[in-house]
Amino acid sequence: MGKAINQLLEAGYHWLAAWFVENPQALFPESCWSGYVLAALIQCALLLNVVAVGALLFIWMERKISGRIQDRLGPTRVGGRFGWLQTLADGLKLIAKEDLIPQDADAFLFRLAPYLGFAASFMALLALPFSNGWVGWEVNVSLFFILAVMGLEVFSPILAGYASGSKWALFGAIREAAQVVSYEVPMGMCVVVPVVLCGSMNLLTIGNAQAGLFTNWYIFHDPFTFCIFWIYFTCAIASVNRAPFDLAEAESELVAGFHTEYSGLRWSFFFMAEYGSMFAVSGLAAILFFGGWHGPFPIFYGSGVSGGEFGWWPMQLANAAGCFNFILKAVVGVTVMMWVRWTLPRLRIDQVITTCLKYCTPLAAGLFLGAVILKAVHFPSINDLAPAVRPGEVRESWVLSEAPAPVIEKGPVEKEHAQSEHARNLPPVVSKKQLAASPQTEGGSL
Amino acid sequence: MLLAAINWHSFFFLFFALLACGFAVGVLVSSNIVRMAFYLVMSLSATAGLFFLAGAEFVGAMQLMIYVGGTMVLLIFGVMLTARERFINMQTPGGQWVLAAAAGGLFFFILVVNAFQVPDWNTPNPGQDQLAIAESKTTTQIGAAFVGVRLDRPEADNATQRAGMSGYLLPFEIVSVHLLVVLIGAAYLARAKRRVDQPES
Repeated sequence: MGKAINQLLEAGYHWLAAWFVENPQALFPESCWSGYVLAALIQCALLLNVVAVGALLFIWMERKISGRIQDRLGPTRVGGRFGWLQTLADGLKLIAKEDLIPQDADAFLFRLAPYLGFAASFMALLALPFSNGWVGWEVNVSLFFILAVMGLEVFSPILAGYASGSKWALFGAIREAAQVVSYEVPMGMCVVVPVVLCGSMNLLTIGNAQAGLFTNWYIFHDPFTFCIFWIYFTCAIASVNRAPFDLAEAESELVAGFHTEYSGLRWSFFFMAEYGSMFAVSGLAAILFFGGWHGPFPIFYGSGVSGGEFGWWPMQLANAAGCFNFILKAVVGVTVMMWVRWTLPRLRIDQVITTCLKYCTPLAAGLFLGAVILKAVHFPSINDLAPAVRPGEVRESWVLSEAPAPVIEKGPVEKEHAQSEHARNLPPVVSKKQLAASPQTEGGSL
Repeated sequence: MLLAAINWHSFFFLFFALLACGFAVGVLVSSNIVRMAFYLVMSLSATAGLFFLAGAEFVGAMQLMIYVGGTMVLLIFGVMLTARERFINMQTPGGQWVLAAAAGGLFFFILVVNAFQVPDWNTPNPGQDQLAIAESKTTTQIGAAFVGVRLDRPEADNATQRAGMSGYLLPFEIVSVHLLVVLIGAAYLARAKRRVDQPES
């Protein structure tokens, strides 16, 4: 997308400059950068909207869902029916609130802590693909990157808790620290299983490996992956500090935990980060286990629209539908998290650590072993019922017989990069055989 | 056009490098242990940014996961320790400054000398402007090198040249087993000690 916008802008500049001077090249040389800057700004704005506007929607959903679960209506008045402007009204109230910094606080860290969590949550979304090729930054190891960045989010509660200069906040921070060490181990183990099944850490590759009928989703691959999804989801809830794992907050014990001393907009940044990372872990679950942007029935994939057989615009339409699929799946995940929050009571800290370390870790390790063994012995799986992607096609693999290796790697799928490499005018490292063999080309990265 | 005149790669390299160095100085001059840990986190994150800029995404993510995540433990200990008055304002004595400056200066000298011995940095590169950042797929290369397939050196066919291409799997496993031993040892040392030979009455 950056390339396209850049070319568009360059053409515009030259057209404009041609009105004034003889040689527009003198004013605007061939390699303009402004298009890339604009593309980056657009992507950042879109992702910021996912976090900020997403939080508006999720908080409204949280109110309505909690209301229904507790046999009441939730907001009904603000903004006409359903109270759908309730969060906006809350936001206005928060902006107007007095911004307090306690006297004992470490003012610098106190101010900074909410933005740290927000930045971590935002950076996780940066590498999360929303559809086939629709990703802010296509990282080769995007899954690992997202896990690493989401791990940084705990700095926010810990620093906030320390810097507040309040014992409630400090208790919350220490609880958060104890919780982090417990859920990260089983979560990592769960996430590795789809990586092993697919053979890549690129989320685009993992998502595309599950194309076709819903039987191709990794959750249906074998009984082990089915079970390991639930462990992943448990750890994901723990990782975003939601009840029953919301010990750092624990409003009935610690006033409000790590954000006791916060008010106004800074307080709301914690919540934007929380809802942003809820969306991120649910989206991760959707890509790893539920086929990502592929719907249950392959309408666009089966007809070849998503492969670009009918041109660029229909392919983008298919991608937009894929984006809708992905967001729907992620929102369902967020809804389940809310359902869990308003149904289960909070665990004690020792119960949290017991759940994560004593039960989830051995379970995840055993299930991981089982899934890997089934994969190794080529055990028949449901994924083989209607395979849409030939084995080896989506795999990030080096064909060793074709040594010497190329200067630049051929990429996870030859079809995935065949088009984009042409667009970028890179040296022709993809062999002709592979270009000819690629049945479908996927869109360049957004 | 001003934007086109800037070498953006150099710009972002300098940006991340300055961030890393600035926060490293912040670690030095700060006297509060939690702030020190925070500056360290920022410095290490900026280093991860340098890795991402160089296209080494796997190494960058590793940097975030291990170094930045590991500093979190430091931070927690910092929070737990600063309950004591002594640590809230840690003053470094003059002698330690001298020692630290000597050690740091020595390392800096070695680094600078070595850095300027890299031939590519001494000779002017005519095609520098056309330098395209290769699409890096570092994971595959690292993974293949683990099991002894050096994709960056595919030309070594014969057995003598392949002798140095045995892979990193064995050293990696040795290190991991060593780590396991350390973990078990720590758990053994930290366990609740029960006195066996206590007198009965």
